[in-house]
Amino acid sequence: MALEKITSVTGRGVFVPGNDIDTDRIIPARFMKCVTFDGLGEFVFFDVRHDPQGNKIDHPIDRPEHKGATILLSGANFGCGSSREHAPQAISKAGFKAIIAENFAEIFFGNSTTLGMPCVSASREDIAKIAAFVEANPDKEITIDLEKLEVRFGDQSVKIAQRETARDALVNGRWDPIGELLEGLPAVKTKVQELHYSAT
Amino acid sequence: MAKSLFQKVWDAHTVRKLANGQTQLLIGTHLIHEVTSPQAFGMLRDLGLKVAMPHRTFATVDHIVPTDQFVEPYRDPLAQAMMDELRKNCAEFGITFFDRSTGKQGIVHIVGPEQGITQPGTTIACGDSHTSTHGAFGAIAFGIGTSQVRDVLATQTMALGALKVRRIEVNGKLRPGVYAKDVILHIIRLTGVNGGTGYAYEYAGTTFDAFTMEERMTVCNMSIEGGARVGYVNPDETTFAYLKGRPYSPKGAEWDAAVERWKSFASDPGAHYDDVMVINAADIAPTVTWGINPGQGISINENVPSPETAKSADEKAGIVEALEYMKLPAGQPIKGTKINVAFLGSCTNGRLSDFREVAKYIKGKKVAPGVKAIAVPGSQIVALQCEKEGLDKVLSEAGFEWRAAGCSMCLAMNPDKLIGDQLCASSSNRNFKGRQGSITGRTILMSPVMVAAAAVTGQVSDAREVFSVSDN
Repeated sequence: MALEKITSVTGRGVFVPGNDIDTDRIIPARFMKCVTFDGLGEFVFFDVRHDPQGNKIDHPIDRPEHKGATILLSGANFGCGSSREHAPQAISKAGFKAIIAENFAEIFFGNSTTLGMPCVSASREDIAKIAAFVEANPDKEITIDLEKLEVRFGDQSVKIAQRETARDALVNGRWDPIGELLEGLPAVKTKVQELHYSAT
Repeated sequence: MAKSLFQKVWDAHTVRKLANGQTQLLIGTHLIHEVTSPQAFGMLRDLGLKVAMPHRTFATVDHIVPTDQFVEPYRDPLAQAMMDELRKNCAEFGITFFDRSTGKQGIVHIVGPEQGITQPGTTIACGDSHTSTHGAFGAIAFGIGTSQVRDVLATQTMALGALKVRRIEVNGKLRPGVYAKDVILHIIRLTGVNGGTGYAYEYAGTTFDAFTMEERMTVCNMSIEGGARVGYVNPDETTFAYLKGRPYSPKGAEWDAAVERWKSFASDPGAHYDDVMVINAADIAPTVTWGINPGQGISINENVPSPETAKSADEKAGIVEALEYMKLPAGQPIKGTKINVAFLGSCTNGRLSDFREVAKYIKGKKVAPGVKAIAVPGSQIVALQCEKEGLDKVLSEAGFEWRAAGCSMCLAMNPDKLIGDQLCASSSNRNFKGRQGSITGRTILMSPVMVAAAAVTGQVSDAREVFSVSDN
């Protein structure tokens, strides 16, 4: 299975501030009553984009100047809580291609990587610099460079970090592991016998 | 070389190294449910793949099932569609499905242990973050996303990086009125909600040695709330006694061989830990949350924090946001906060011992006027056991609605939801904004007996006072 080599992501950014943004916030459970991920995009962050009556309220991703943004910026421990892949799927289906945050909850990070949506970490100060840039220049693109591990915006750049296994998988086009796991099936069968797991 | 259980299980289940440095890890047991599996089956079909080892996957239905309706079709057509999809997928791919008609249905993390499917020294995966529950048996149990559910279905393996191991030792006897739930809420309060990121937790110490399997499950269940993907307790005689005679437990001579094998997985003395935390059981009080994540907890007799007392700008912002959402005054006692709903149940606290303990104290008492109280057993088997012991009657007579098994108001994917800004005293595991089904609904996490105390007084209360539990 040939996958795209994701060495960089370029696009306009939007800053959704806050720490510990949990997966229930990203996609409330009531929208998970579905048997496909199609259509989840419109419900991303639904309960912070709407009042209890369902009317739109101000939210960065709905502001006209940020329409079409593809890089999401946020705070610490992004994606904590449930293992629902619906969360990164909703972000991806809403049009985002990458996330920059201080750090990520573990399961969310893995789920996003497997979708080919890089999650990269930057310091709070550097995220503030990028956020200030995208807010002042919502029409300007920024670039996440996974080879040089930096984000470039305007004439500035800041360092980013990413777990090496994820970075390797993204830049070498093996972020979805299914092909490689299937190749290992003969070894899997041997292992099952070795561990006395029953055959049926 | 001395190894921890995590290292032993990891090494034993390593199939090979992948090109990016991750490990292809064999998954001994795979559990699925209706919410995170249908898309995985869809991916399998798209790729033209089969389920590699269908007998190593078990299914149940829990998140969407109504607890007040048994007969299908369900009132919610979306819930019915998910039910139908799971049934179809299990039939097509040859997977055992504990449907409601089997009498074995329930929350996936309650069904696995009670069927004896959850066993020591194995790896377990399930598309649900509370899969860490199964670690109570000395298994390494991962909550996974849907693409990984696909990977496990197609290959019985997944790609993972190794975790560091933190040993959390709790020693001594818990004080009366303090429960396993308080232990884990206390731990998360100390570590914060992301203190466990990158770690597997090994829970140990004399408190855990003395715990029943159900108590161990309650603690392991909430590992993820502190950021740890995996939490486990080393297997011992308590573990083996629990498993003996269960439907999927080994039988006869196989049993003895299995016990020997299971014992060999326990951490060796002198094993390396990346971090160690030691807690004195006597320092743990009945604990409740006051905020919007499980790390925002205090003991029942403490005051809700004030933004002024925060040690950092971050903490301050967190307190301000939480108090605004929770509508709680800063610096005031949490005790006395009026509640509207009391929820007993969930994969954290929906087991027989939870209902027994509540029934013991609530017998002869009444739920306060105006409080809606529901009790939701974690499985059909738990429900039946409760009914045999008459616990359902005790709870009903007190004013709790006795429901059918499911996840229910823990995450409100079924019709059990908070309304408006109702405040719920809940034995579940998450107090995130909107978690219990209303976007302004509020949750205070606590032990089942504390939920019972809140239900009868209509306010957050110290169960030790309400039920006259004395220290000695």
